[in-house]
Amino acid sequence: MKKLALALAFTLGASVANAADYIIDTKGAHASINFKIQHLGYSWLTGRFNDFSGEFSYEEGEPKVSKVNVTVKTASIDSNHAERDKHLRGDDFLDVKKYPEATFVSTNVTHDGDDEMTIIGDLTLHGVTRSVSIDAHKVGEGKDPWGGYRAGFAGETHIALKDFGIDYDLGPASTEVKLMLHIEGVKQ
Amino acid sequence: MKQVSAGWDWVLITIHWLTALTVFSMFAVGLWMVDLNYYSDWYKTAPHWHKSIGLLLAGLTVCRVIWRLLRPRPPKLGSAFERAIASLVHLLIYLLLFSLFVSGYLISTADGRAIDVFDWFAVPSFGQLFDDQEDIAGSIHFYIAWTLIGLVSLHIVGALKHHFIDKDVTLKRMLGKKHLS
Repeated sequence: MKKLALALAFTLGASVANAADYIIDTKGAHASINFKIQHLGYSWLTGRFNDFSGEFSYEEGEPKVSKVNVTVKTASIDSNHAERDKHLRGDDFLDVKKYPEATFVSTNVTHDGDDEMTIIGDLTLHGVTRSVSIDAHKVGEGKDPWGGYRAGFAGETHIALKDFGIDYDLGPASTEVKLMLHIEGVKQ
Repeated sequence: MKQVSAGWDWVLITIHWLTALTVFSMFAVGLWMVDLNYYSDWYKTAPHWHKSIGLLLAGLTVCRVIWRLLRPRPPKLGSAFERAIASLVHLLIYLLLFSLFVSGYLISTADGRAIDVFDWFAVPSFGQLFDDQEDIAGSIHFYIAWTLIGLVSLHIVGALKHHFIDKDVTLKRMLGKKHLS
């Protein structure tokens, strides 16, 4: 019985480790989910989501990640302006009471040469799930000074707010949001 | 015991009616401005005025309370029960007004920004005092505004009852009519 439990625990542990070799280092804040959107067509407004978690699978020395999952707490949006953030959390935009989480689950990753890759996956935002394509590249990997092993990636994509059912009119220059993603994972 | 006068002080009468006008206007503007289109001419102006007037009313209400406590007031009219209810409603209206001022202030100052009062002067922020400050303060501000309007309605019903049913001077003396018997 003890053996069985031990074997089960080992199998479970192993399968979890396989599915998510790297945990995104949100604890140490070596990852960020940033966005920018045009303001009136005259400049860029930037912001980020402060609270998220995720993991990815990656084989050492491989040119690409094999799987990425990220969950974002939508209420953690931060554009460095309390009144605007309150508006963004409200039902004109993210409606965070109704949709407290946004998720990204990769469905396919293709290697585009060198350290470049395209991560295709399902983004669920504001209750709408759509496929998005992230242009990403590996930034680097290796041992950290504290006995761990890390790998980091950067990616960019853009989404149309209307595609996700967010139709508050910010003007013709501001229908798309660019997402700039930086993730560093710690090998488990 | 508090001194008793024949009628209300003209200062208090003026502030009372000014506050009544402001509260109803601010309530309507507050509900309207949060649904404005981004390209509306009022998108920036309406919240700016709402905050400016709110803070000015806060200052005025502080003066009002001090004045009210220092000056004699006319006697309360009606049955003991009515007088007790009236006092309770008056106290609650003051409390709700101050809660409204504080919650409104906390929304706009949650990120450390000051509030500009008509570009005359700025009221500084205390910074973020608690998590999710702008959202929590925003909800409180919204529900208190509705509660205040509800209590003010009760206040108006009471005043009209005194005037039309009891036919006493409660409403007349708040209109500044002197030498009432």
